Amino acid sequence: MEPIGYIQASARLDATFAALADPTRRAILARLAKGDASVTALAEPFSMSQPAISKHLKVLQRAGLISRTREAQRRPRRLEVAPLRDACLWLENYRRFWELQFRRLDSLLQELQDGDAEKKRLRRKKRHIEGRSR
Amino acid sequence: MKNSATFQITAQGDREIVVTRVFDAPRRLVFDAYTKPELVKRWLLGPDGWSMPVCEIDLRSGGRYRYVWKSDTDGREMGMGGIYREVVPPDRIVATEKFDEAWYPGEALDTIVLVEQGGKTTMTQTILYDSRATRDAVLKSPMQTGMAASYNRLEDFLPSLGRDALSA
Repeated sequence: MEPIGYIQASARLDATFAALADPTRRAILARLAKGDASVTALAEPFSMSQPAISKHLKVLQRAGLISRTREAQRRPRRLEVAPLRDACLWLENYRRFWELQFRRLDSLLQELQDGDAEKKRLRRKKRHIEGRSR
Repeated sequence: MKNSATFQITAQGDREIVVTRVFDAPRRLVFDAYTKPELVKRWLLGPDGWSMPVCEIDLRSGGRYRYVWKSDTDGREMGMGGIYREVVPPDRIVATEKFDEAWYPGEALDTIVLVEQGGKTTMTQTILYDSRATRDAVLKSPMQTGMAASYNRLEDFLPSLGRDALSA
């Protein structure tokens, strides 16, 4: 029922989530959120070879999460915001829906527990009265 | 008001959605709230402005359940139901789920596990879909099915709920 556009959007989201599933790649994105950086600068905080970092960068680039800027020879990497924003919005809608249901459930559970306490109190009282009448 | 530590939604593997939530109540009560129609009707209402006129539950393995929601504003209805595959009070419910006007193919399999610790109950709900495409479509569902009210309105509503919870 979904138009082709949705399937493309869905495939892009899959790529986004897959790329975000790795802690090193998330750290790279966090670093790029502060500003563009070269591969050398990005490799610095990790005890990883430059080729290993380059592999992560390729995954991020394929997912559209980062791009290479054209300026200068070192071609610093840049964070692309749109795919991340899409991924967050997507889960966020689902999350908000359930958050609302669960908040209602919280109130109901509180009420049930208060009710339980009241019933126990009445049972104790009843037992007390019955005990006295015997 | 954010309780992210006690509430998580994740897309697990290719075909699953996992919802985890901690409730400040014993497991027995949470189980009742998920399985007694008179209680389900009071919280599983959908977005603001919807009610749940139909909630039928035949709580046994092989038994059916059926839910219908209705919009108070325009009378639109939306129904879903399924069959219980496993019912183990007070900690485990497995059931199929299918919407009347499903926007995705096949049935989903829903597993709810309740674990109690120190008077609190952790609910883990795993929903397994036919395929990855189905799972991904469902994650967008509140927007797609028209069940979603305006989220702006919803956001206005949430803080007041938070206050109620605090004062309760």
